[in-house]
Amino acid sequence: MANLKTVSKKSKAQSMGMHTEVLTGRTQQKFFNPDEAENFYYFGTYDVDFNKRTELDVKDMTAPEANKEIDNLMSQGYGTIVIKNPQGKHSLGVGILNKLNLIFEGSLGYFGMGSCDGPIVRINGRVGWSCAENLMAGKVVIEKNAGSCFGAAIRGGDLICKGSVGARTGIDMKGGTIIIGGDAGAFTGFMMQRGRIIILGDVGINLGDSMYDGTIFVGGEIGSYGSDAVDAELTKSDQDWLKRKLKVAEIGENFDVSKMKKIVAGKKLWNYDNLEPTEKKGAI
Amino acid sequence: MPKKKSKKVSKTKEIKGQLGKKKETAREKMIGQSIGYRYDVNLLPDYSKLTPFLKKYIEAMGWDDLNWLEDVHMGYEEDRAAVFCRNANGWVTIPKSIKLPNNQQDRDMIARELLVKFQMSPKHPLVDLKKAYLKF
Repeated sequence: MANLKTVSKKSKAQSMGMHTEVLTGRTQQKFFNPDEAENFYYFGTYDVDFNKRTELDVKDMTAPEANKEIDNLMSQGYGTIVIKNPQGKHSLGVGILNKLNLIFEGSLGYFGMGSCDGPIVRINGRVGWSCAENLMAGKVVIEKNAGSCFGAAIRGGDLICKGSVGARTGIDMKGGTIIIGGDAGAFTGFMMQRGRIIILGDVGINLGDSMYDGTIFVGGEIGSYGSDAVDAELTKSDQDWLKRKLKVAEIGENFDVSKMKKIVAGKKLWNYDNLEPTEKKGAI
Repeated sequence: MPKKKSKKVSKTKEIKGQLGKKKETAREKMIGQSIGYRYDVNLLPDYSKLTPFLKKYIEAMGWDDLNWLEDVHMGYEEDRAAVFCRNANGWVTIPKSIKLPNNQQDRDMIARELLVKFQMSPKHPLVDLKKAYLKF
């Protein structure tokens, strides 16, 4: 049997409806000290100033060299860095765990801005596959189009493409918001687990296929629904949030959000658990 | 004869998702636990409830809204209010001294504020890991 503890007396948390069962021994537990000083940045990150601006020409640099130089500039306190001549190089701007204003004057190749946590990035061109993969926090804006797997497995932050995107956008995403001004390809939101996708244009076949949770908002036509993706009612709270988010994304400010379609998981595929007790017992 | 005091029968409120109180799936019956998250992961934040700390945090980061914190909610761990820290991969328990409001939106804002304080603290578990394993 699963490690399920029955609690006869209702605790405050239970009476508030915060939970319905107690599971033990499955996660770590950390205790928070509320007397922590007011601090907005990760320990050991650079103290940068948005008003301190510099330019970096990466024409004759490899991607690792360029990324190291970005880190070096941040260590000198530069908060706004303009990258010249990115020329479609792959893996540019990856692993930035700092507050930063980063501007690319050109296009990026594959895996641009991967595994970032915090920066505000503007890319004035296009991006290749898997842009901003595993984004944790921050804002990434692409002025033109993006390739496949846009925002793959992102966990937080805002990822915005003003143009159109390829297939499998938001595949396996676990949080955050992806906003697309144009159209999106097939299998958008494939296996998504949390987070939100907003598409102002049309979307291809198998939208939200095998999605576990999360929400997809579509303004245009839907090619077809994927397995377990179902329509849901667009609430007033959804509409207010959509208006706010489109303003943040600098696109579709006059878009009529009340006509958008909302797609969620039907939850018919919710048939797993991480203990698999019966199976384990059988194996022993 | 004194009037008999009629005992008040407290109505038990049915909680959505509680085992035995709703129609469970065959899988849930078999494993004896609910399958799903501990809170509504799709709950959108109510920006009118932003705390002064969170306003300052948004401004310091140069963002326009809660950004990654939109996905943070107050849950529970071991029967205590807690927030999940994705960096430590564990639940951060909220001290009992902190009074929790009877409203999920307000509780979520408190969870966000406390999580930021926890993650940015020099006592965060990742700080030691970084010292031990940072390569460049």
